[in-house]
Amino acid sequence: MAATPPLKPIHPTEPATGIVPALTVRDLSISFGKNKVLKNVSIDIAAKSVTAIIGPSGCGKSTFLRALNRLHELTPEARMEGDIRLFGDDIYARNVEPVLVRRRVGMVFQKSNPFPTMSIAENVTVGLRLNGVHDKKTLAERTEQSLTMAALWDEVKDRLNAPAISLSGGQQQRLCIARALAVKPNVLLMDEPASALDPLATAKIEELIVDLKKEYTIVIVTHNMQQAARSSDFAAFFYLGELVEFGTTTKIFTNPVQKRTEDYVTGRFG
Amino acid sequence: MNEAGTTLKPASRQFGDRVFRWLTLAMALAIFVLVALIGSELALGARLSMHQFGWHFLVSNDWDPVNDFYGALPFIFGTLVSSAIALVIAVPISIATAVYLTELAPQWLRQPLVIFIELLAAVPSVILGLWGIFVMVPWLHIHLFPWLRTTLGFLPFFQGTDYGPCMLAAGIIVAIMIIPIITSVAREILRSVPGLQREAAYALGATRWEVTRIAVLSYAKKGLFGAVILGLGRALGETMAVTMVIGNAPQIVASLFKPGYTLASVIANEFNEATGQLYPSALFELGLVLLGVTVVVNIFAQLLLKTFAGPAVKPQH
Amino acid sequence: MQSLTFVCALLVVLPLVMVFYHLLREGFSSLNWNFFTQLPKAVGEKGGGMANAIVGTFILLIQAALLGVPVGVLGGIYLSEYGGTKLNWWIRFAADILNGVPSITWGIVVYALMVIPMHGSSALAGGVVLGMMMIPLVMRTTEEVLQLVPAGYREAAYALGIAKWKTIVKIVLRTAMKGIVTGVLLALARVAGETAPLLFTALGNLGWTHHLTEPIAAIPLQIFNYAISPYDDWHRQAWAGAFVLLMLVLAVNVGVRFLTRDRLAKPNSRTL
Repeated sequence: MAATPPLKPIHPTEPATGIVPALTVRDLSISFGKNKVLKNVSIDIAAKSVTAIIGPSGCGKSTFLRALNRLHELTPEARMEGDIRLFGDDIYARNVEPVLVRRRVGMVFQKSNPFPTMSIAENVTVGLRLNGVHDKKTLAERTEQSLTMAALWDEVKDRLNAPAISLSGGQQQRLCIARALAVKPNVLLMDEPASALDPLATAKIEELIVDLKKEYTIVIVTHNMQQAARSSDFAAFFYLGELVEFGTTTKIFTNPVQKRTEDYVTGRFG
Repeated sequence: MNEAGTTLKPASRQFGDRVFRWLTLAMALAIFVLVALIGSELALGARLSMHQFGWHFLVSNDWDPVNDFYGALPFIFGTLVSSAIALVIAVPISIATAVYLTELAPQWLRQPLVIFIELLAAVPSVILGLWGIFVMVPWLHIHLFPWLRTTLGFLPFFQGTDYGPCMLAAGIIVAIMIIPIITSVAREILRSVPGLQREAAYALGATRWEVTRIAVLSYAKKGLFGAVILGLGRALGETMAVTMVIGNAPQIVASLFKPGYTLASVIANEFNEATGQLYPSALFELGLVLLGVTVVVNIFAQLLLKTFAGPAVKPQH
Repeated sequence: MQSLTFVCALLVVLPLVMVFYHLLREGFSSLNWNFFTQLPKAVGEKGGGMANAIVGTFILLIQAALLGVPVGVLGGIYLSEYGGTKLNWWIRFAADILNGVPSITWGIVVYALMVIPMHGSSALAGGVVLGMMMIPLVMRTTEEVLQLVPAGYREAAYALGIAKWKTIVKIVLRTAMKGIVTGVLLALARVAGETAPLLFTALGNLGWTHHLTEPIAAIPLQIFNYAISPYDDWHRQAWAGAFVLLMLVLAVNVGVRFLTRDRLAKPNSRTL
């Protein structure tokens, strides 16, 4: 693939220094059949930081997230235009397999979904095993690493062979995070990861996110504004399929430029 | 950067995915192969007879292997009459049972009854036929038929003597075989009636039976009709139990106490002994007629059931 | 109204109870060691058993499974996992219609297909006809069960970068395995009781079958032949055979109910 000239960076509305974009998105539009769900979104996601995607229901947040790991290809009616690059590589290039993209951009879903027929350890290593890694030592090490990073190791280290579904809801979600981390992606996408959890479990997930950003780039969709304010570095406000404003979390929540942003974060609608 | 060797270099098309997709597609297409096989083998086998008798085959009352002269009418008659009897008996009982199961039965009784009915559906035809020959038919001969003769003997259907195996016995045994399926499908249909319908009727002050009649049964009419047609399709093809109790005589008479013959049972009885070329071909042609009738009825049933209620009801048989 | 419908429900239940009662009364007492180990005696003689029919049914079922299971399960996978097209609708519709084709029709089709070219009935033809009957059954139940697997598992697997076919085989299929096995068992129980298609294909055999190209005995066939014969002893054995067959079929039907007590497993039992 020929090297493409570097793109003009889109600065967040406050000059930030030394930010390496992990994902660069230009003019992304997605439609399902006749329904245009995302319109010309352009954004730079900074590496090793947490970017929160906020906005009211139906504004296209989840659609945007799923474009980042090519998950829309599984929906026949989805149509996509635009350009998305992961550390400079075009992830939608013709000869790039979606499977490979998804190993570098991992995802955690709203409803935790550990595979029911597998044990805890099997769930963590499934991404590795089904991609050809069988060395027992590697698998065991990676299991411990991933579970530790997901703040679950201490709770399950004595019962790694227990069925994954024997864990509580919050534990299952952390297991899913460990599972996603085990394949060592560059970016971790999280689609409302704590919305199905109680406050205690939610707090644990938020702590986890703050820890993880030291190693990973995290993009998190959330409709919980307090959560966004607490755990993210940057925030992008979406409304009706458009990116209305993008900036540091502090700026978006205390002194937004756009009126619609201000209305949303102050709770006047949404 | 990332392991499992996945920097975004140009990748070859995923071989495994392509092979797997083609493999599973090929297996799924086997269905069409089966359909083609059935149609073509029957048509081929029947060719001689079709050429010999033409359309006359369908209305000719002659079944004469000795002189090599064949006609389908007695069997078409037998199939239709035995199925009609079966429906007359089975439909009210099945619908009533389905209503009982969904609306009126006490909760603790529902699941056991449902299981029982599903088990009845699993009884092989030959076993029911065995019971039919040695238990049901003698009982009918001694108890039910004389009673019918005396009370309804003014009707031509219930006149004449019987020796046990007869059209009515066949109709009864087919009824027993199709009751479970009509009941099951009817039950699914009734269950899929939205609760709102019932609630609205109750709110208007209707009694339990009125609610059932107005809100449930009339709403479900189309689906229930589909269930009945499905049962009909099954009745038309019933072979073993019928062969064992119908008496196997190709004749068209009004009395239900006389033996008869159906499309399926004549094939079952005579195919292995059919000598020459024309005889087997005539039997193939009967098979073609049977196939045609059952397929048309089944298509009708499937369309009715599919257009009545979406995913709630899945008619399979 | 309640009592009227209750009576109808009783009427439905009655035949099964009566059949069961008679099978027990007439058949159970004839079950002895001889029944399970001996061949039928010569026409008219007393004694003998159904050993060859029992083994024969077994052999036919194995063949049927070898044909019906791979084609049915893989086809069901296609319908479920690569679904949504008009082609799929036609395949499903055709499968549902095939499930309603009278079993005797299958018999004469395979007669023309195999018995005529092979110049005679054979165990192979019997196995093939039963296998063909299983294909649309197993395909539909497999598809249904796979559809019950929540989409979230597939998404999670794709998000991990696992290829589609691996996702289907190692994740989806594994999750649905109980239901698929149930569907296969029920289909086997269903074809085990079929007599009509075997009348011209397997034909029946009063002795042992030594080769798949020879005719073979089967329990339902033997029951039928004995039942319509004029010999009392054969009638008695027909009852015994029917008892064994019914026990087998009911055991599978009841057994799978225990296997499938969780939400992910049970296919729509009206398929069969």
